[in-house]
Amino acid sequence: MIGRGKGEGRTARRGGAKDHGTRPGNEDRTAPRGRRGSRSAGRDRLRPARLSPLDHLRTGASGLRARPTRVVLSALGIAIGIAAMVSVVGISASGRADLEATLARLGTDLITVAPGSTLFGGNATLPEEARGRIDRMPEVERTARVESVGGANVYRSDLVPKAESGGIGVYGVDVDLLDTLRAETALGEWFNGATADHPAVVLGASAAERLGVTRITPDTLVLIGDVYFAVVGVLEPVELAPELDNAALVGQGAAEELLGATGDASMVYVRVDPERISEVRELIGRNANPERPNEVEVSRPSDALAAGQAADRTLQGLLLGLGGVALLVGGVGVANTMVISVLERRGEIGLRRALGATRGAIRVQFLVEAMALSLLGGVFGVALGAVVTLVFALVRGWPFALPWWAGVGAVAATVAIGAVAGLLPALRAAAQHPIGALSAD
Amino acid sequence: MSVREESGGREGFRETVPAVEFVGVSRVHPGGVRALDGVDLRVERGEMVAIVGPSGSGKSTVLNLVGTLDAPTEGTVRVFGHDVGALDDGALSALRARSLGFVFQRFHLAPNVRAVDDVADGLLYTGSPARVRRTRAVEALTRVGLADRIDHRPHELSGGQRQRVAIARAVVGAPALLLADEPTGALDTASGAAVMDLLHELHRDGVTVLVITHDRESAALAPRRVEVRDGRVVADSATVSVSAREGRS
Repeated sequence: MIGRGKGEGRTARRGGAKDHGTRPGNEDRTAPRGRRGSRSAGRDRLRPARLSPLDHLRTGASGLRARPTRVVLSALGIAIGIAAMVSVVGISASGRADLEATLARLGTDLITVAPGSTLFGGNATLPEEARGRIDRMPEVERTARVESVGGANVYRSDLVPKAESGGIGVYGVDVDLLDTLRAETALGEWFNGATADHPAVVLGASAAERLGVTRITPDTLVLIGDVYFAVVGVLEPVELAPELDNAALVGQGAAEELLGATGDASMVYVRVDPERISEVRELIGRNANPERPNEVEVSRPSDALAAGQAADRTLQGLLLGLGGVALLVGGVGVANTMVISVLERRGEIGLRRALGATRGAIRVQFLVEAMALSLLGGVFGVALGAVVTLVFALVRGWPFALPWWAGVGAVAATVAIGAVAGLLPALRAAAQHPIGALSAD
Repeated sequence: MSVREESGGREGFRETVPAVEFVGVSRVHPGGVRALDGVDLRVERGEMVAIVGPSGSGKSTVLNLVGTLDAPTEGTVRVFGHDVGALDDGALSALRARSLGFVFQRFHLAPNVRAVDDVADGLLYTGSPARVRRTRAVEALTRVGLADRIDHRPHELSGGQRQRVAIARAVVGAPALLLADEPTGALDTASGAAVMDLLHELHRDGVTVLVITHDRESAALAPRRVEVRDGRVVADSATVSVSAREGRS
């Protein structure tokens, strides 16, 4: 029934035996007879067969398939750590992508020129000709100036207590301002030549909110100083000039006529040729105030936005660190699972040794199992981190961005963690004496 | 080279290497327990030997040593001529993978794994490709009469069927020597008898079979019985071996 050659030692004489010359009888091959003939070459030495990578993988995974609950729980530890780190990276990348989109929209070619302080600490002013001189610089494309009008508070009506001014600033502005800043109106419209000289006002986004202006009708008025101004428009937030968000903007003519503005510019917004922005930054102070260039403050608002982003880095570092700790704990969880697994599976280890597994094969099996377990957590963690990033980006209205290296790095890191976590259990498993499985007690 | 003696003319006058040869073998456990004490034993190829004895007598130690899962503290164990004590782990593993088959009392089937996959694992460490392993596993299951249970998992099989799966796994690699440690110990009489029949059949087909049993009836059916007690062979129905042993000691 069992198809096997009957002749005892049919292969006994086959092939010379030079392998272990010290022992007798080694010419009698131990390998089974019959159809195994094709392997005769390999019989000269007792050399263990190598498992294919796929077999190693399959064997390693078999241990995971048998205990799904434990696998899920210990992979979860890794997944949480990886998800935390991936989402921190993803959220920061998305935030950066959003900033880049914002800067691309707003342009990085805006420079502000403002009076600084004198050598003696007093407040400086910009000379009257400053704007004209800046305008004449060849690199400058367009400018707009504003004047902060002191002493004028803004109220919804004269019934509002004087103390509740809301800190809203009043600026006398040029009609050019909107285009120079590339700002947009949320409601109503910007000044035109006519309204600029009349008691008309355009409110910044947060000023409108504080004053409770949600729509514009012909009789939407606000009280500035002791004059009622008609609200003609409300701006969207101005990212490059956040000082204008909580402000009431009136035409320069009206400001001088009704609110006592002096005509001194408190800020000049300058759009320049983006290619030559650094030269302009050097020169513009001297152009604005040739006598005392040190009394001019030049800045680039887009730098401030970028700097704000950079300030978040500290927090990101902290969050990444926390993710790292979670990952470490996850790694300890995998190690723990593997140690228990090895203890529980003495029988299986013994059986595999009896089937001919070398210590090396057992070692690889448990190492692969730990790595697969960890990898499972890593892949799940990357997916989870991507989802968190996506949700966060959607809520904030950011573009979704997750650098590829975060995913690849996370997966690589988990495999490495699995290898480290599985090393000791795998060594233990391999060192285990195989007779545990044989004893029938 | 005194070990290379004539083996009772089984092979005519050709000198052969026995399947198993113990020369003055002792196994002392670290605690000082002498599990085996100076055992000489010779099992020729193609024999079927029942090793009997009370529990704790050392019969399992004999099987572990034959199976190269344990090494003697004194004396020499040779399996198909290979000195077990002199081989490294790789060589021992290769010997087990190619030449030895094991059947255990508790089956040791992997939980939740289909019979065919479990049997195919019997070939995993021989280096055969997965497809060959599977084909041969189906053949082996057919041989033990479980052709219709190929896709069953252990919990869907009776004890006797499980043991037959385990036997299929042990013989799928066509081992020259089959070692069975109380293969009927966890089975009822009928399934146990079926399993013993299977072992006899394998023996008739040329496999050397060493079976540990404390079931007198099973033992009585074996062509040769070796009785172990207190770490010594106290009776051996094969007089040749006994005389050889006495001659040496």
